[in-house]
Amino acid sequence: MSLLEVRSVDAQYGLLKAVRGVSLIIEEGETRALVGANGAGKTTLLSVIAGAHRPAAGTIIFDGVDITRVPAHKRVGLGIALVPEGRRLFPGLSVEENLSIAGGRRRDGAWTVDRVLEIFPMLQTRRRQRAATLSGGEQQATAIGRALMCNPRLILLDEVSLGLAPMAVASVYDSLRGLISSGTTVVIVEQDLGRALAVSTRVTCMLHGEIVLEGESSALTREQITAAYFGVRQPSIVGSEP
Amino acid sequence: MNWVNVLLQGVLLGGFYALLACGLSLMFGVMRIINLAHGDIAVIGAYLIWVIVNQTQIPPWLAALLVLPIMWVAGYAMYVLLLERSRRAGLLVPLLTTFGLAIVIQNVLLQVFSPDDHSLLSSTGTLATSSVSFGGLSISIFGVLTLATAVIVLSGLQLFLSRTTAGRQMRATAEDPGVAELVGINARSVYAKATAIAVAIAGLGGIFLAIRQTFNPSTGPTQLIFAFEAVVIGGFGSPWGTLLGGIVLGVAQVIGAQVNPQYFVLFGHLVFLAVLASPRGGILDRRGRAL
Repeated sequence: MSLLEVRSVDAQYGLLKAVRGVSLIIEEGETRALVGANGAGKTTLLSVIAGAHRPAAGTIIFDGVDITRVPAHKRVGLGIALVPEGRRLFPGLSVEENLSIAGGRRRDGAWTVDRVLEIFPMLQTRRRQRAATLSGGEQQATAIGRALMCNPRLILLDEVSLGLAPMAVASVYDSLRGLISSGTTVVIVEQDLGRALAVSTRVTCMLHGEIVLEGESSALTREQITAAYFGVRQPSIVGSEP
Repeated sequence: MNWVNVLLQGVLLGGFYALLACGLSLMFGVMRIINLAHGDIAVIGAYLIWVIVNQTQIPPWLAALLVLPIMWVAGYAMYVLLLERSRRAGLLVPLLTTFGLAIVIQNVLLQVFSPDDHSLLSSTGTLATSSVSFGGLSISIFGVLTLATAVIVLSGLQLFLSRTTAGRQMRATAEDPGVAELVGINARSVYAKATAIAVAIAGLGGIFLAIRQTFNPSTGPTQLIFAFEAVVIGGFGSPWGTLLGGIVLGVAQVIGAQVNPQYFVLFGHLVFLAVLASPRGGILDRRGRAL
């Protein structure tokens, strides 16, 4: 049984349709890269999966249960955590408070504040510092740590490298590799194709709210993905099953 | 010594305003809702303790212990039944909703209790009128009790917001309710609890109101104005700013009364207008730092 199944989902903002009839299957332990140009619908799709945006049509199945109408805070308890685009930390709260805030409805699991600080050493000296005063990389690490504190089975990472210095990106990805190797299922939205391909097992490319390419990261060429990314031509779906 | 005495009376009066303003500040800080029914809710607290004391003959302090949980539940229900829908419609709709609620409360109180003045003065003996003299100063016992209660409530609120998980979740929801949901916080429940706490504290303010002065169904709007002025002077959303704002308002009013008894309210309004006109817009920011 798949961990996540998205069936024919439509999502819109007013009259603007951001996601059109998207279907997606994510297996447990998989790392899926979701790529596409700005406005392709990637962030909206992650928001729909996390429960932050209600779909206009379609169904979300998580671990065999229909969660389409389950509110976001209850999905956290089921094991879905989103690291939103732009980090969106609670700026007035300290790093430790941002991390421990997820305590209410989180699943039982091994993640603690100390363990998060272990995988993100850059935060160790910032523990009691307000989130608003952190650098971009430190904020991203805190945002990922906050999601990990929910002990997720599925973690959705939206634009983790956006606006970060190259060294900070490298540092965040080093920590992510450890997380991926631990078996957590990850869906990562990334503009940097090279990094997306390097960490993922499968790639899904979106264009104008639809999935235009999907396949094993190792089986797809960079040219195929780039073409789908910009909508130069419509490549065929490679491998319907992961 | 006379002016020192005036300042002291102002500080003690400020304690009462801070107590009234505390819930108003909390609701704005967490939900960005300016509750225009806040004064009338405090008056409900006053009527509630008056009814309990007169019907059961129990001491007022014991009646107060009954009033607070009743107000807490009423506040929770007020959010779930009334404010939740209007909050989703933007900033203006809750303002209109609470304005309507204020009118409903005033008219229901008028229908039930008549326009006559009520007071708890007769049930509290000399508590509201007794004072001690100290080095030429006259210190009202009830004023000290009110100020001490305001300090305890505001300290408790500050500790709750900074030290407890529920308080941190309240701060997080105040900063970004959307993301709060994404980390497992039920924003609806947080808002309902914040309203419940605010209404319970307003009820506490109403209890002190019932002891210190007479009240009737039209008393609420005046209390709202004083509470609102205290919150604006102190800086919206800051507990300690609210205390400071209440004290500044109280001192201004007492100084005004010293100049001419008719200027009691006017001087408070002038300080309020001066703060509104100043670019700083309050004494403390939301985190309690000087602006």
